[in-house]
Amino acid sequence: MNLLATITTELGAWGERPICSVWLTLFAPLVAALVITLFTQRWKWLSATLSIGAIVLGFALSLRLFIALAFHGQQHWPHTIQWLTVGNVRIEFGMTTDALSILMLLVVTGVGSAIHIYSLGYMKGDPGFSRFFACMSLFTFSMLGIVLANNFIQIFIFWELVGVSSYLLIGFWFEKPSAADAGKKAFLVNRIGDFGMMLGVLLLWSHTGTFNFAELPAKLAGIPAGTLTLIGALIFCGAVGKSAQFPLHVWLPDAMEGPTPVSALIHAATMVAAGVYMLCRVSFLILPSETALTLIAWIGGITAIMAATIAIAQNDIKRILAYSTLSQLGYMVMAVGLGGPTQAMFHLTTHAFFKALLFLGAGSVILALHHEQDIWKMGGLWKKTPVTFWTFLIGTLALAGVWPLAGFYSKDEILLMAMHKSTPLFVIGTATASLTAYYMGRECFVVFFGKPRDQHAYEHAHESPWVMTVPLILLAVFSIIAGWKGEVPHFLDPHAEVEHSNLGYALLLVPLAGFLVAAKIYWKPEPSDSPVKAALGKIWTLVENKYYFDELYLWIVKYVQGTIANACELFDRWILQRLGIGGLSVGTGLLGRTVRLLQTGSVSGYAFLVGLGVTVIIYYVVVK
Amino acid sequence: MITLNHYLVVSGLLFALGIAGIVMRRNALVIFMALEMNLNAANLALVAFSKFNRIVDGQVFVFFVIAIAAAEVAVGLAIIVALYRRKQTVSVDELTTMRL
Repeated sequence: MNLLATITTELGAWGERPICSVWLTLFAPLVAALVITLFTQRWKWLSATLSIGAIVLGFALSLRLFIALAFHGQQHWPHTIQWLTVGNVRIEFGMTTDALSILMLLVVTGVGSAIHIYSLGYMKGDPGFSRFFACMSLFTFSMLGIVLANNFIQIFIFWELVGVSSYLLIGFWFEKPSAADAGKKAFLVNRIGDFGMMLGVLLLWSHTGTFNFAELPAKLAGIPAGTLTLIGALIFCGAVGKSAQFPLHVWLPDAMEGPTPVSALIHAATMVAAGVYMLCRVSFLILPSETALTLIAWIGGITAIMAATIAIAQNDIKRILAYSTLSQLGYMVMAVGLGGPTQAMFHLTTHAFFKALLFLGAGSVILALHHEQDIWKMGGLWKKTPVTFWTFLIGTLALAGVWPLAGFYSKDEILLMAMHKSTPLFVIGTATASLTAYYMGRECFVVFFGKPRDQHAYEHAHESPWVMTVPLILLAVFSIIAGWKGEVPHFLDPHAEVEHSNLGYALLLVPLAGFLVAAKIYWKPEPSDSPVKAALGKIWTLVENKYYFDELYLWIVKYVQGTIANACELFDRWILQRLGIGGLSVGTGLLGRTVRLLQTGSVSGYAFLVGLGVTVIIYYVVVK
Repeated sequence: MITLNHYLVVSGLLFALGIAGIVMRRNALVIFMALEMNLNAANLALVAFSKFNRIVDGQVFVFFVIAIAAAEVAVGLAIIVALYRRKQTVSVDELTTMRL
């Protein structure tokens, strides 16, 4: 009894200290992943409980940290463990707990919790049920590691862990070749970006001698402007890979091969958010360099408009959402490039809610139709799956940026910033906004309205169980309120001026126009793409084929990499094998044959040589 | 007066004679005898050093050389006899099976 009391007091005291909550939040998912992998594979529900428990615990603790920070003004519990010291390289393992981290922590664990619970319903009956939850926990752990990292080495380690766990999850149904390929593609494309990031981190270290985010800003003064730009651009490479920006965006749509909750997790709260979050975390590196900022802003802008145009011609319910994610990530990156990391984080937060909502809604539709993903085989579903429909509609409107939903506020901030700083980017942003409304309207009308096109599937369609609809409703609520009056940017930066201009409300017309056009074309009993196809002609073919990026990359790999491989093969065969190895062997043979001539078999000859040798040795030893 | 050098010159001549015998003769038995001559040349030098430097060690060493030479002769002659039985010759020119 005494012991129990002691343990309780100890635990209580331990929980009192906020930093312990941070460590617990980070490591609970890892422990869950390990326990599931090692011990509880067979007990499916126990595995799921562990995994969900870990992330819900994380959410509760994050909420407490958030309250402590937002209402009691407690802040900054720096906590660092000296990890490795090699020569003059110090590597730490530490926790950052400023407003940025805590906000991201809330998003990751909050949206993550909803997705984990939803997975209970979606993955029911899958033979890899336990494995799925183990991977999800590992993914959560990796993402939380990025969020909490206080130095570049730590962020890079977790960065790669996110890569690995995304590989595991995208290729979750690895018996399907397309899924296995998609996993590989995601991993390899990410590696390209990560390599750039690693170079950037090393370059930065060679100039400053530290990896720590807190120490870095003070040491930047001595770096020449050109080098700083290069560092910024290289580190941005990492974000280009993870946040799927042009030209490394090709992995994200293919990542749809994973189970739908995975898509939701990758697209909303983790992985792709990591790139933008990292840029915001190290914004002190990027902001001084005008060139790097311009590069980032334009990459973001190009990604936004490119993905939005591709999305109008896709037929897979999840692929449309994937391209909309690309497009919204483009917005966020553009915001960073325009010098507004706070606005980027604001959009990231709101986007996390409605994008998770949309993916989970799409998953619910897919499950209702027994794994049908083609929007042209759906239709009229709003009566059959009312909860899914209404929540999906809220998500669509939030994504399109309709007042007063979350997307309106965050997108508005970015567009206003673009208007002040760069007119071409403002035009791109506005065009993207209307396209977003258009293609989301198309998806919504085709899937939920009109006549059911597959009568058999329609009759068997059913609303999802409550474990799936409750997360949908919760996410819908947050999609409505998350943007309210710009509270999020205010939390991140108390001095941030949230602009309230009438122009913001004028911008409301932009998505509305897109939405109306979509309604005009697709809100019919028998909608079809043919009017748009006829109007756009060749452009339609171009966007339908995603601007032939995959083909281009395939071509590059085939010819460039193929040529290099052939040259290497020739070098190996002719230079290494024939000249190197072959030369050695022939030379040794010749030498042996020559030396063999000395073996005469004549004893007196040997004796003569021995005598001669001894004489020579004696001559040298004695006379010289 | 006979000096150390006289002895050493005789010893050297004997040794050279032995080497010449080994190199030039064809009969294994004769080569063997020439080899013995080399040993004795060395013995002479050792005894001479021992005498002139007044250290007995050299003479003790010579006893060892003689004893080992005796053993070696036994083995060597046995080999030659065995060779003769096998090949019906002791001419080293004909004993060239080690050659490729």
